Amino acid sequence: MGVRTTAARATAALGVAVLLASCGSGGDQGGEQPSGALEGRGEVTFATGKDTSGNMQKLVDEWNASHANEQVRIIELPESADAQRQQMVQNAQVKSDAYTILNLDVVWTAEFAANRWVVELPADQFELDKFLQPAVKTAQYRDKLYAAPVYSDGGLLYYRKDLLDAAGQKPPKTWAELTTACQAVKATQPAIGCYAGQFEKYEGLTVNFDEAVHSAGGDVVDANGKAVVDSPEAKAGLDALVTGFQQGIIPQKAITYKEEEGRRAFQAGELLFHRQWPYQWSLAGKADGSSQVAGKFDVAPLPGLNGPGSSTLGGHNFAISAFGKNKATALDFIKFFTSETAQRSNLLATSQAPTLASLYEDAELIKQFPYLPTLKESILSAKPRPQAVRYGDVTQAIQEAAYAALTGERTSDVALKELQTKLQELLK
Amino acid sequence: MTAVARRARGATSGAGRLAAALLSPTFVVLGLVVGYPLVAALRESVFREGTDLDESGFVVEGARFVGVDNYTAIFVGESAARFWNAFGNTTVFTVITVTLEVLLGVGMALVMHHAIRWRGIVRASILVPWAVPTAVSALLWRWIFQADGVANAMIGQQILWTTEGWQAKFAVILADVWKTAPFVGLLVLAGLQIIPNDVYEAARVDGASPWRQFWQITLPLVKPALLVAVLFRVLDALRMFDLPFVLIGSRKESVETLSMVAFDEASSLRFGPAAAYATILFVYVAVTALVFVRLLGADVIGAARERARK
Repeated sequence: MGVRTTAARATAALGVAVLLASCGSGGDQGGEQPSGALEGRGEVTFATGKDTSGNMQKLVDEWNASHANEQVRIIELPESADAQRQQMVQNAQVKSDAYTILNLDVVWTAEFAANRWVVELPADQFELDKFLQPAVKTAQYRDKLYAAPVYSDGGLLYYRKDLLDAAGQKPPKTWAELTTACQAVKATQPAIGCYAGQFEKYEGLTVNFDEAVHSAGGDVVDANGKAVVDSPEAKAGLDALVTGFQQGIIPQKAITYKEEEGRRAFQAGELLFHRQWPYQWSLAGKADGSSQVAGKFDVAPLPGLNGPGSSTLGGHNFAISAFGKNKATALDFIKFFTSETAQRSNLLATSQAPTLASLYEDAELIKQFPYLPTLKESILSAKPRPQAVRYGDVTQAIQEAAYAALTGERTSDVALKELQTKLQELLK
Repeated sequence: MTAVARRARGATSGAGRLAAALLSPTFVVLGLVVGYPLVAALRESVFREGTDLDESGFVVEGARFVGVDNYTAIFVGESAARFWNAFGNTTVFTVITVTLEVLLGVGMALVMHHAIRWRGIVRASILVPWAVPTAVSALLWRWIFQADGVANAMIGQQILWTTEGWQAKFAVILADVWKTAPFVGLLVLAGLQIIPNDVYEAARVDGASPWRQFWQITLPLVKPALLVAVLFRVLDALRMFDLPFVLIGSRKESVETLSMVAFDEASSLRFGPAAAYATILFVYVAVTALVFVRLLGADVIGAARERARK
């Protein structure tokens, strides 16, 4: 017993020591001041979320083949956006040079810029007027460029064209039409779920909540940065989701859905309508047997309360960590990744929305992705999520309120009033 | 007489110095790995990070001294409800999981001890869950507990395990017991193996039933090992973090533990309050350990010393 205890203690002590050592090495670099200049060439790392299509690796390989002394290495972060942000923030906290290029979600720009975790980029070296302007705005903080828009994103309503056609229905423009269409389909397909989005308690819930509020004519935060979420319009938006769950239009299990769970359900043929990003297009269309709905679906703009809805602006921008080495190489790599060639390749492989306006008018691409003009309109009319330095707290407050309302723990009235109070405090 | 006494005293003080010299590396290491983090956490907990922006929109860096504000905010502020909920969850998880693990662990130890055929296979297979990293086992259980998962298929109902409610607590408890009952089993098995066989032989000769043998011989003799196992498990369970975090998710009231609150505050860049939560958790764990040692006599070092003397 004695030996065992000692061994257990030794192991514990060792564990703490390793932990300390790893913290210590991060802290050692704390003395270095981050330099704003984009200098230095050599190896860089690229921290990004899951590379679902493998095209990121392909583009990186392409770059590496022609840049023997400026190799780029991908560091894959977890699938969930919250976990990605946490890792990048922690990395910045200890001023580690482990990540050079950061694949930032559009909502993190303000926080990363205000904390000086990312460096300002030379706006004149990017032809910003060729990009979709809402996407460029997400890369700016107080009118300065801190990231380069690489992927944009707008929500689309994926629908089962085969089932709608069979029931003689058209893709819905309003939530009421969506319900009617689903009831018509249910006459022959009683087991199918009508609608799902991303409703698990994470960033996706903020996206879906904002979308519902905007699509009902409301707003979470107005143009002056004031919280306005206790309006009747916002309530109408949230209520659409709440009653959706109550009436079974949204399947109960959708409360556990993130993007991937929902995609699996849609691809398994369990859903008639699915609010999802464009990346699902090529994955759900794969004819290798992984998707049972290949060739049977299409997309439409998101529906709203009284007419077309308004998507939440998504997407990713690439920024350069203030603590990374070889920033000149990093800048070149970002330019390479935002080039028309790279964006075209990305679109073809992943069906993720590009940020260059020209690609949306390319006849060849439209032939392959018939939804591109719709997506462009969707992005141009999309609304951003609150641009706040304390975005982490803002989105948690939104998730708290929306989740409580969707699970019936609180009425939408109470949830929105509480949210309004919290947002006022956070946006002061 | 005096010479002998002097020599003895000289030897004692010489031995004392030698002992101090030999022990000093241990104290240095303890100071570094135990003392320093504690002091650093305490210091951090009386500061608060700035969240104000300067004119050009940059966060004004630097923390300011706030005294015990971070602590009072936990108990009287709007975060009090969150704290007491997390405190309750932590305590409930600890009491339930440790109780179940002790019952199952003792059972497993008896099976491992008495298995005659395939002894190695039985022991190895019982220990497998303990060898799986917690985060990995949490992912495994999340897969089992997802809406279309194995658990729902087996019971033929659709329970949304990862949403708020009792079912989330149940899922965490089940996964934790699955994983750590073998640990208790392992420690108890070690205790069982040092019980001499002749004690049982004598009991059999006296006609004691197996049940009576268990209560009168096995349990009292295995008690020191068992208490240490329980102490380790209690301390471990009070710090529970990765299992509910991965299996159910962050900021879910039903399963949020004190460690999760501290982590959440830290990831929102509020290191002062996070350190305050961590300090409170530390005090809770330390007090529990103390009470355990004093009341139940889980004398970790004493038991070993006693045995060594015999």
